[in-house]
Amino acid sequence: MTDRAVVDSGPPARVSAWSGVRSVRAGRLPRSLHPGAWWCWALGLATAASHTTNPLPLAMIVAAAALVVVRRRGDAPWALAFRMYLVLGAVIVAMRVLFRLVFGGGQGDHVLLHLPEIPLPAWAAGIRLFGPVAAEQLLGGFYDGLRLATMLICLGAANALANPKRLLKAVPGALYAVSTAVVVALSVAPQLVESVLRVRRARRLRGAAGHGLRALRGIAVPVLADALDRSLALAAAMDSRGYGRTAAVPAGQRALTGALVLAGLVGVCVGTYGLLDATVPGYLGLPMLVAGLATAVAGMLLAGRQVRRSRYRPDRWRLAELAVAGCGLATAAVMTMAGTVDPERLYPPVSPLTWPELTPLVVLAVLVAVAPAWLAPPAPTANPAPRPLPVPPAASGRTDHTSPRDTAQPEAHR
Amino acid sequence: MIDFDRVTVRYAESREPMLRDVRLHIPEGELCLVAGRTGAGKSTLLRAINGLVPHFTGGTLYGTVTVHGRDTRAHPPRDLADVVGVVGQDPLAGFVTDTVEEELAYGMEQLALPAPVMRKRVEETLDLLGIAELRDRPLRTLSGGQQQRVAIGAVLTSHPQVLVLDEPTSALDPTAAEDVLAAVTRLVHDLGVTVVVAEHRLERVVQYADRLLYLPGDGTVVDGPPDAVLAGIELAPPLIELGRVAGWTPLPLSVRDARRRAGDLRQRLADASPPPAAPVPDGVPALTARGVVVRYPGTVAVRGVDLDLHPGQVVALMGRNGSGKSSLLWAVQGSGPRQSGTVTVPGPDGDTDPKALPAAQARRRVGLVPQTPGDLLYLETVAAECAQADRESEVPDGTCRELLDHLTPGLPADRHPRDLSEGQRLALALAVQLTAAPPVVLLDEPTRGLDYRAKRQFATVVRRLAAQGRAVVVATHDVELVAILADRVVVIAQGEIVADGTAAEVMLASPAFAPQVAKVLAPQSWLTVDQVTTALTRTEVPR
Repeated sequence: MTDRAVVDSGPPARVSAWSGVRSVRAGRLPRSLHPGAWWCWALGLATAASHTTNPLPLAMIVAAAALVVVRRRGDAPWALAFRMYLVLGAVIVAMRVLFRLVFGGGQGDHVLLHLPEIPLPAWAAGIRLFGPVAAEQLLGGFYDGLRLATMLICLGAANALANPKRLLKAVPGALYAVSTAVVVALSVAPQLVESVLRVRRARRLRGAAGHGLRALRGIAVPVLADALDRSLALAAAMDSRGYGRTAAVPAGQRALTGALVLAGLVGVCVGTYGLLDATVPGYLGLPMLVAGLATAVAGMLLAGRQVRRSRYRPDRWRLAELAVAGCGLATAAVMTMAGTVDPERLYPPVSPLTWPELTPLVVLAVLVAVAPAWLAPPAPTANPAPRPLPVPPAASGRTDHTSPRDTAQPEAHR
Repeated sequence: MIDFDRVTVRYAESREPMLRDVRLHIPEGELCLVAGRTGAGKSTLLRAINGLVPHFTGGTLYGTVTVHGRDTRAHPPRDLADVVGVVGQDPLAGFVTDTVEEELAYGMEQLALPAPVMRKRVEETLDLLGIAELRDRPLRTLSGGQQQRVAIGAVLTSHPQVLVLDEPTSALDPTAAEDVLAAVTRLVHDLGVTVVVAEHRLERVVQYADRLLYLPGDGTVVDGPPDAVLAGIELAPPLIELGRVAGWTPLPLSVRDARRRAGDLRQRLADASPPPAAPVPDGVPALTARGVVVRYPGTVAVRGVDLDLHPGQVVALMGRNGSGKSSLLWAVQGSGPRQSGTVTVPGPDGDTDPKALPAAQARRRVGLVPQTPGDLLYLETVAAECAQADRESEVPDGTCRELLDHLTPGLPADRHPRDLSEGQRLALALAVQLTAAPPVVLLDEPTRGLDYRAKRQFATVVRRLAAQGRAVVVATHDVELVAILADRVVVIAQGEIVADGTAAEVMLASPAFAPQVAKVLAPQSWLTVDQVTTALTRTEVPR
């Protein structure tokens, strides 16, 4: 998917010569960015959004995210999901406002309209249904909802921009087995659905009704048997293709790795508990968390070294990736700074009603956030024109006797 | 390259060993064909080569298997991955990733090859197998032949010395099978890869093979050059049978060989003429379909097909994978989708559309055995399935069992349906569907995975059904089966009927659908060895 230009530029031998200068020269060629960079950027934006309820910067952050998505997304199915996140954001805002309307509370002086209040029994005291609706109360709901929606839309942007499968491939070596399991599960799920549909159709052939406990059994037994057969075939295929070839690891080291990871995770748990519960001594908080994390990471690094495998076309952190990730971090940092300098502007009071205002720092944060729309290389389009997809039948298998053989032979004989 | 030294394989649950005292030596660069009946141990033999037997499947292996100097006793399959590449029967079941390019790289990633090497080999392999334009495609959207070639490519990228293929063409249409076999022979000839391939349809592969391993089923292996081994075995491709009838030695392995020798046979047959095609029945059709359209999101599977099925006629439905054969059968039966068109079946209470009937009624008009007959079976024993079928069809107890005994006598009643062989399972599914006594029987790719004997048995069963006055449709890729079975052939492409006529008309008109006998004896219009044998005895006895 990445670097089509490099593939097409010459015979395979040139690829390695290219790779040295690639990071400089190929920075602007269409390619998909490391998914981690997009996630870093998006989380930065979301963090920035969480630091304000001011609708102006929030709207600007949404606009920035949308602009980057429109300019830099590919044409994969997940890239089109961004619209869904926008809709979801709108729904969240609407729900928040609606809730304030229904369970009003009735604070505020600027009453917009009077709804008849529904009297509740005494045990529900404190809850009020409908009643007078104040502008402040609606605005508070709107601000709150908008912040949540903005954070969600930022994550949606990452989803649209980063290829989830490549993110899975970028996991550290120690988690390789987990990521393989996820990949297999993702490809097996549609097969299972297909299998269910097929068997259900076949049930009709035997004249059985499509529901009831008996039908469930008629469907479940063949589907499960099918799934079992298939997973055995997959396991055999993976085994014969070299899955699980590990370097010879002495038993002692294996035990050490396990102990490190386990101790680290326990440390993380205790640390988190210490951090959240104010009554425990301080050393059980942050220091414990950090120590636990460090131990776990060390264990995972050790485990990762035992996995002997390489990656095909790995995503590398190049200049563009660093720039995009940096933009996200900078946005978060600038927004936090703006919050310490001028907190009222970032949390505009709803009572009394005031117009939200911008500060230069907030504008700077948004400008930084939108920069990846130009800094990141454009995404490759997988199909420039609808290519003729089906293979030319017999011809490709038999006739071309020269070119492919020439390139393949020397390597093949080793 | 591959050495079997006194190898015996025994599975815990069976008393007889699968392989008994096998000694083999397969030198480098050979294409070795493994033949034998279902359950004779072909898969066991293939899986022993890379250590899946016994490391993965269990069982006990006595003796030693050595591949490229490595003993499978000490090397589990994953440690032989750089020497032996294995492609299973169903390529889709063996795919780990979801796009072509990543699948090609998967094996190399496991071998920890450096990234530049992987990149180079992926490009080479894409070209070598002619799948370069598929590189970004999701694996599930490929056709069967493409999937099979990707599966072969995915093991080739590791540059194995040995390639093991288990029935690589069993699910493919003739053209796709040719593509895959062309790719395989190219590997043997150009790259010197040793290929071991198991195949039921010998006629497709035997001409390319340097060696034939025949497993008669008692655990032994007959090893030798293909023509010598074929001369001694009971069931063989039509070409070999023709050679036996004509008395040619050595037996011809390819159509070309046979054709060069067939001059005198054509002479002897010059006066005889093939039996005339069965007369077109002119009674009321058992099923009439008009303007059937089946649409799925994004594609039209069947576009306005008209079809008449007559009682007593066997119709073969042919066409490449994905041409709409299955969709048509399902639409006609009434259980599958049908967007427009009409289907009428005459019944005791007037003409009806099976789709308008409840499922239990529809199956009494039109019976369908799907591509995977196992989908119909869900109970624990053969007896339970039969009893259930009797109940579903509201017929006297024992009807289904009686039908089953007609199809394959002596199936143990307490056997689990999944433990049956492919042929036995097909027979059971067919018996279950026939219990409802439908006048129209539709069979979707019934002969997948059947050996010659089971196929011949199946052909007899189908002829018997037709003789009972049923209309039978068989969707299949197998031209040799169609030649012995069908009265009428319908060829479907892109959802439209492109040819419809008697078997002889359609099959002799196109090289893709011509059986081997027809290719050898053209321009005379013989389709099967049986026709030739009958003609020879009739013309030559009076002399």
